[in-house]
Amino acid sequence: MTGVEQPKLTKKDFKSDQDVRWCPGCGDYAILNSVQGAFAELGKTLHGTVIISGIGCSSRFPYYMETYGFHTIHGRAPAIASGVKISNPELDVWVVTGDGDAMSIGGNHFIHAMRRNVGLKILMFNNRIYGLTKGQFSPTSPQGKVTKSSPMGSVDYPFSPIALALGAGGTFVARGVDILGPHLQDMIKRADAHTGTAMIEIYQNCNIFNDGAYKGFTDKEVRGERMLELQHGKPLLFGANKDKGITFDQNFQPQIVTGADLGKAFVWDECSPSPAPAMALATMDEAHFPVPIGVFRRQEKPAFERGVLAQIEKAKAQKPADLKGLLYAGEIWDVQ
Amino acid sequence: MQGTDSPTGLQQSTPDGRPIQELDQVVIRFAGDSGDGMQLTGDQFTRTTALMGNDIATFPDFPAEIRAPAGTLPGVSAFQLRFSSFDIHTPGDAPDVLVAMNPAALKVHYKALKPNGILLLNTASFGEVELKKAKWAADPRRDGSLDGYRVIEVDLTERTKEALASTTLDNRGKDRCKNMYALGILYWLFHRDMQPTEKALAQKFAKKPEIVEANLLAMKAGHAYAETTEIFQTAYQVPPAKLPPGTYRNIMGNQSLTLGLVAASQKAGVPLFLGSYPITPASDILHQLSGYKNLGVTTFQAEDEIAAICAAIGASYSGLLGITSTSGPGVALKGEAMGLAIMAELPLVVLNVQRAGPSTGMPTKTQQADLLQAMYGRNGESPMVVIACSTPADAFEVGYEAIRIAAEHMVPVMVLSDGYIANGSEPWRLPDVDALPPITVKFAPAITDGSKFEPYKRDEKTLARPWAKPGTVGLVHRIGGLEKQDVTGNISYDPDNHQHMIDTRAEKVARVADGLPPMQTLGERTGDVLVLGWGSPRGAITAAVMRLQKQGHKISAAFLRYLNPLPKDLGELMKGFKKVVLPELNKGQLAMMLRAKFLVDVQSYSQVNGQPFTSQAIEDYMSKLLKEIR
Repeated sequence: MTGVEQPKLTKKDFKSDQDVRWCPGCGDYAILNSVQGAFAELGKTLHGTVIISGIGCSSRFPYYMETYGFHTIHGRAPAIASGVKISNPELDVWVVTGDGDAMSIGGNHFIHAMRRNVGLKILMFNNRIYGLTKGQFSPTSPQGKVTKSSPMGSVDYPFSPIALALGAGGTFVARGVDILGPHLQDMIKRADAHTGTAMIEIYQNCNIFNDGAYKGFTDKEVRGERMLELQHGKPLLFGANKDKGITFDQNFQPQIVTGADLGKAFVWDECSPSPAPAMALATMDEAHFPVPIGVFRRQEKPAFERGVLAQIEKAKAQKPADLKGLLYAGEIWDVQ
Repeated sequence: MQGTDSPTGLQQSTPDGRPIQELDQVVIRFAGDSGDGMQLTGDQFTRTTALMGNDIATFPDFPAEIRAPAGTLPGVSAFQLRFSSFDIHTPGDAPDVLVAMNPAALKVHYKALKPNGILLLNTASFGEVELKKAKWAADPRRDGSLDGYRVIEVDLTERTKEALASTTLDNRGKDRCKNMYALGILYWLFHRDMQPTEKALAQKFAKKPEIVEANLLAMKAGHAYAETTEIFQTAYQVPPAKLPPGTYRNIMGNQSLTLGLVAASQKAGVPLFLGSYPITPASDILHQLSGYKNLGVTTFQAEDEIAAICAAIGASYSGLLGITSTSGPGVALKGEAMGLAIMAELPLVVLNVQRAGPSTGMPTKTQQADLLQAMYGRNGESPMVVIACSTPADAFEVGYEAIRIAAEHMVPVMVLSDGYIANGSEPWRLPDVDALPPITVKFAPAITDGSKFEPYKRDEKTLARPWAKPGTVGLVHRIGGLEKQDVTGNISYDPDNHQHMIDTRAEKVARVADGLPPMQTLGERTGDVLVLGWGSPRGAITAAVMRLQKQGHKISAAFLRYLNPLPKDLGELMKGFKKVVLPELNKGQLAMMLRAKFLVDVQSYSQVNGQPFTSQAIEDYMSKLLKEIR
């Protein structure tokens, strides 16, 4: 990076001069605010940061950030971002995507980014609906969802994006909520500290086409009872008075424990060598169990781009570039 | 075989006294099962012959199946080569010599052999079952099918086994050396040096000395067999060709295309980034570039065709030269991303090694039917520079030129090659590395005075926008697939701006023609017939037109490397002829483009059977046309 010493930037410095054009009341505003805040606190530079998005409401994000930004094509942001990060590993590369962009049309790129462990930070805004195309069900909409394209209710079973990321070998998999700013900022900072691919699923309310999708557990009144904050090294406790816990039976089925059994609550280890506990929480039935937020899984693994770069450096050291030698190679002969 | 008198006038003979006849050219076709090593055999003959100074052209023709059931017609793999004492342009039409390793290979190829041609036939597998597998109703050796050919029957399998009796290889291993036995026979017949093959095999199987030994034993046994038995009355010799002075190397199309890209990257001082997904017949480009890491090349084997081009776009956005290699079906998948590169005005090279379509088509067979896809296969008005290579050696220059145009004009460039060029080979006169044209890449400099960076402020001459590397201070900006205001790059739905941007993107491509050299012609710039060509038919057209010119016809040929934009003098050139004919391996795609653009009655000569044109077919077509004109 072209090194010019600059004073630490403020949240305001990360705001571009473009008018934000999401619908008033959209959850995206809160997320933008959290990202700008976290970036400032992390001491990021404008010129060293690149935000790459696909297509959808969330993918307008780069226009509102005073950093490098590339608003690309539907579903392909992780592929383009991979090219950017591999080409210049010094860049700080963020992908902003949505449940349609990353889970549907771009599902393949999403899972392969996870598998390769490219040093990308993926913010996946999940509003469980197609917003930009005006309200069709998405791959994360619950079954039975009535929309314009599913007047009798959708027949599709939904994805758990967290489970998908875990299954694809994701090394940092977390969940935050648009309206829980401080927690989301914390997730962003922790993703930033991770070396490989970091994915944060962000529950985001679409107040036009799917208003209140998360109300049942994110509203202030029910939050304590209905949400479970994952904290590394601490038991899985929830409830307004932290009087309920989650444990697993021998089949890794989650169970709620209370009272004298509270001590049996599972102690959360986000670095667990097995993805099983994280998978069990990611697939927990929302209707009967609290909804987990926080870091599901964190594993240290060398990032893809470092491996690629190391091979290039090794090859260069072994055989310095020599264009003439390259062309005049193999069996050559002279004609007089 | 076209014989000539020995130029020295000396009577030459083999050590045992058989005469050596001098020829000016020979076409040999090796045909066998996919597993019989025909490509390797052909390759060895080619290398040896190139080193002996002949001009040479090759045409591998193999099935898509890696190992189709042995002894069946679909499993037959062939390799044709032509070598000569003069400058040649094609791997030849009909072979003078056919090596058939089994009844299936014989069945597929014997009809192509020239009358009185030499047919070296492995007789090991002419049992009832094998004949039936190859769909022979009766043994062709006995029913007159092979009358008119000089049939040489050798039990290659048995002879090879005998020759390898002392080795430790099992029967299967010994059997796999029979191609080398056949090669040894041909080396004697055409007076070839065995040393280059000895060297090459020692290198190829360096870790398996027993394999090297067995192969060489088999080759030498074949050579000795031809020498000691009297299966051939004569040996042949083809003197070296008088090629222009220089240093040469035999090269395949995919290989030389790759070297062109790498050379351009080195000259430009900007590393290459290849995003690719394996596809026939383009995969070798990925393989080759993967081996050039020491030249700063990054290769990324993506999860699919779309990711491959997208990663390349990401690389270009970051300041590397992004390229992606594929064939037609892959290009179809990359369409939307190409549109993004056009909109983002980033350099990008898309390599399309065309194959026979539509859909999966015939992956190992050749065709030029992706031209209109290259020109128009994207949504919206999305013009792209399209250039084509015409021979294996020409692919070097085209690869180089693609990078130059992409980087200097900030545009995506599509390169059209095809399976025939990709896998064919010819001697390549190596360029003077220092004399390669310069490629000027300017990255936008950092801005530290607080002024606003304008990502779409254009170069006056080329209309190229600045190439701004993320990481550079003061250049933060946003780009994307939405229409943008010129200069600022901000999103814009303004009607006048959209019109302006569409016109500008088209004009930017059109201006690439400003720097192009005038068109060269083979022959006069006026006359009765102008044969226009693009891509791989070049060789067949050249050979046919040269023969017709010798017969006194007023026929010329010209070849188009630049298909979009077209050379500025093309329209004028076409006006100088009574008739313009365009042979292409599609249903007349370029002919249609030229008719539409120039209102000239370009006559299409189309062939879409998965095979290259023969020069004979083109000559016959043109002869008929010339008669009609007179």
